[in-house]
Amino acid sequence: MVSVAIFDYGAGNIFSLKNSLEKLGATVDVITTFDNPNHYSGLLLPGVGNFDPAIKSIHEHSKIRFKDYVKDDTPVLGICLGMEMFFEKSEEGHEKGLSVIDGEVIELPSSMKIPHMGWNNLEIKKPGKILEGIDDGSWVYFVHSFLVKPSSNDIITAESDYGIKVPAVVEKNNFFGTQFHPEKSGKIGSIMIQNFLEECKK
Amino acid sequence: MTLTKRIIPCLDVKNGRVVKGLHFESIKDAGDPVELAKQYSDEGADELVFLDITASEEQRETIKTLVRKVASVINIPFTVGGGVKSLEDARNILLSGADKVGINTGAIKNPEILTELMNLFGRQCIVVAIDAKRNYEIKENTNVFTENGKQFWFEVFIYGGKEETGIDAIEWAKKAQKLGAGEILLTSIDKDGTKEGYDILLTREVVKSTSIPVIASGGCGKPDDMVEIFKESNVDAALAASIFHYQSHGVNGVKRHLKDKQIPVRL
Repeated sequence: MVSVAIFDYGAGNIFSLKNSLEKLGATVDVITTFDNPNHYSGLLLPGVGNFDPAIKSIHEHSKIRFKDYVKDDTPVLGICLGMEMFFEKSEEGHEKGLSVIDGEVIELPSSMKIPHMGWNNLEIKKPGKILEGIDDGSWVYFVHSFLVKPSSNDIITAESDYGIKVPAVVEKNNFFGTQFHPEKSGKIGSIMIQNFLEECKK
Repeated sequence: MTLTKRIIPCLDVKNGRVVKGLHFESIKDAGDPVELAKQYSDEGADELVFLDITASEEQRETIKTLVRKVASVINIPFTVGGGVKSLEDARNILLSGADKVGINTGAIKNPEILTELMNLFGRQCIVVAIDAKRNYEIKENTNVFTENGKQFWFEVFIYGGKEETGIDAIEWAKKAQKLGAGEILLTSIDKDGTKEGYDILLTREVVKSTSIPVIASGGCGKPDDMVEIFKESNVDAALAASIFHYQSHGVNGVKRHLKDKQIPVRL
């Protein structure tokens, strides 16, 4: 049995994510601070809310910094906003990001409908732990208005086409991010969450 | 490839059962919401919409329980609406397991709620539901159209289609977007329950006037009605109820049909 935590910024539906982790056999705690000892095998930053309030909810309720909590050994899955928070800054807000991945978060170009909402397919760039067993072209569910722009494209393992190339999956050390919502992406999403849990078991 | 067109079964729920009416009236029983939600999700629905058409204060807890049950059996996005008037109502729905909250009458009565919700939860969770109907009494400052030689404008109706508002649907759609809506669920009262096809004119005009996703609703009687609305307008999604409820076409069958007609869908 693998034990993981979801960080709750208090801004939306985390029930679906919790439910999908539990269905795959994980025990899930919902936490709102990093000040208690980290006895989890993995951490999830969910994809609900806005950049500034989410970052603030971490800083205001935790004396321990995110980086010191997860160090380089707790696998972290950032979903949508959760992945955007890995970066240094975002055009959605003024707060500094968690800065565990170099790069920034920018708005989607206004030539397309925003939010980018719906099912789009993955163009797999390179093998990745989260993408184990996922076929090129698989459908996943997106709903976002911003995209990540890593300083190094090497960390992008899959993209999606929305007029421009949207980084869909990033992996760097113990940090895994998906711009789409695996907990809302049917069976494909379930496989990715399972892959993350496998990583947590190691 | 880019985004697929979304096919969205709708579950109108009254007293814990899925129902479907004609012109918002004469309601028929169509099944258990939890069972139907699971079935549609497994058959490949892209999203679900769950409208509590009898929402009242006393039923708040019942709805939360039902939302939670439905959300625990599916792994696709899920909108819940019906009787949402306050931030607290919306919060309850989102925290019970819904991804988006649908607001109709509540937003007409208090448009600022859209901005408040956007600031709290983000635009992507806010679906503004608009029920529109042709009004042949032309008045100023409305978008006037002509069909079969008759002039009319599209008026917004509230309280489940029972009360007129004097508000132009196209103007309201634009305003809702400006205030914070992330998506519009557009129902044609004229077409709802008729099974004659979607309201092409209404859908096309709202899509043209906004830059957020629009879901067409009302009038779908067969898979070709979906083909038609996708070909005739740039709408993002099509919602239907009866064609799925009565097993005349499974979700998967409908999507295969759309694919055969060159509509991009997820299969």
